[in-house]
Amino acid sequence: MQKFLSIENVGMEFETKRGAFEALRGVNLTIQPGEFVSLIGHSGCGKSTLLNMIAGLLFPTHGGVILSGREIKGAGPDRAVVFQNHSLLPWLTCFDNVYLAVERVFAATESKAALKERTHAALTMVGLANAEMKHPNEISGGMKQRVGIARAIAMQPSVLLLDEPFGALDALTRAKLQDELMGIVAELKSTVVMVTHDVDEAVLLSDRIVMMTNGPAATIGDIVEVKLERPRQRLALLADATYLDCRRQVLEFLYQKQLRAAA
Amino acid sequence: MTAAVNETSPVPPAGNAARLAVVPKTKAGMKPLLLKIVMTVLPPLLGILLFIGVWAIVAKTSPNLPGPAKTWLSAVQLFSDPFYVKGPNDQGIGWNILNSLKRVGIGFGLAAVIGIPVGFLIGRVAFINAMLSPIVSLLRPVSPLAWLPIGLLVFKAANPAAIWVIFISSIWPLIINTAVGVSRVPQDYLNVAKVLDLSTGKVITRILLPATLPYILTGIRLSIGVAWLVIVAAEMLTGGVGIGFWVWDEWNNLNVEHIIIAIFVVGIIGLLLEQMLVFVAKRFSYEYQA
Repeated sequence: MQKFLSIENVGMEFETKRGAFEALRGVNLTIQPGEFVSLIGHSGCGKSTLLNMIAGLLFPTHGGVILSGREIKGAGPDRAVVFQNHSLLPWLTCFDNVYLAVERVFAATESKAALKERTHAALTMVGLANAEMKHPNEISGGMKQRVGIARAIAMQPSVLLLDEPFGALDALTRAKLQDELMGIVAELKSTVVMVTHDVDEAVLLSDRIVMMTNGPAATIGDIVEVKLERPRQRLALLADATYLDCRRQVLEFLYQKQLRAAA
Repeated sequence: MTAAVNETSPVPPAGNAARLAVVPKTKAGMKPLLLKIVMTVLPPLLGILLFIGVWAIVAKTSPNLPGPAKTWLSAVQLFSDPFYVKGPNDQGIGWNILNSLKRVGIGFGLAAVIGIPVGFLIGRVAFINAMLSPIVSLLRPVSPLAWLPIGLLVFKAANPAAIWVIFISSIWPLIINTAVGVSRVPQDYLNVAKVLDLSTGKVITRILLPATLPYILTGIRLSIGVAWLVIVAAEMLTGGVGIGFWVWDEWNNLNVEHIIIAIFVVGIIGLLLEQMLVFVAKRFSYEYQA
């Protein structure tokens, strides 16, 4: 079987003032098309570094990341990123922020009207059809993150990369956006890699949860498979045995096996 | 500490009360609004009155310095015919101001055309930064008028030399501010550019330029300020029609009223230029957009 996205023996060293710092060592992971994988671990375990390598924003010092048979040599619109702090351009309207991405991917093959239609459709999907002409500083944090998601999905990427996408939001908004994301991912059948701190978020959304050991020289400690039927209902899962078991496994990993003395 | 607390604590309730009172548009609501207008107009007005008062007292004790009243009468006379021409060295105040503004415009314009792209390169390319930074650091602190002899030598004429001085003294804030702005474009925006794999043209027009614009506009404000400061001194030395030479001419005529008027004119025009640029900055800068 052909591997879709594979991270092969990846290591990462950063040059610092006090010499080389080894952030990651010997990371191996294969992701199937349509799979939703979460990366979880304590702060500084290199999970964002790993995500940035898939995005092509960072390059591993050892090993490589392969997508559809090709090694990733740089960033590109086939791997859309939803950044933690949304990273919308404040001088463009929500529509133009999304349009910039749509234009980049589809301008060569489609008419302007079709590009606008795509932009509109992406914003409608995240429930922001009415706020299209607003600037990012005129809307709430949750809405900004929605625009960030719209920008990413509008590019129809092979892999959707989410870097703690809901970390800066309040709990109620976060839950709402998680549900919306589940709907969108189910509809588009996207392959998703998400970095998160939130155990419930990881269990609710993921097919597999990749748990990272603490740095330096962090690597994959264990992987939990979440064998829950989709679509998943947040409230129904509260008493579900599988859900609770997955949650327990992740918590045990984080707070027993990888509890940091200083943290 | 306790005194400070006592002083500050009554303020928020009072402020709230004022705000609440403004909301219903009744006669009672008009009072705080009126008070607000008075409080914004009154302090500057008092300041100007104080200034004129001190000036009048100083003028009384020093017989050579004309007082406010005498200067005002002279100004009314001067501005009643601002655009007369009586030979190359005797023209109306309007012509003098316009000629000075023209020199500033040309000198600053050239500085912007060269300085902003150079600043962009310095901010974007580390090699060029390392190459040009020492030159900028060396030449920036040089007094503007020290460049005048070089200009006279190269251009062999007074007018281009004056424009050269404006150019060289106003280019530094443009270069430095643009370079700082470009180097401070948040990494987030550059990551967006990378993830979208935007073309160089799109990166410049959609990300670098808008992100740097507030810095460039600050550079333009500083730069025009410097240019307007320098023009008076430069024209004193080069001669020709212009507000600076006019001051020098009136000094030779011992017409002190006109020198004082010139000081006010220079100040007011500088203020107007500044306000105009603040307005432009608010219009085009995303930072200010509500």
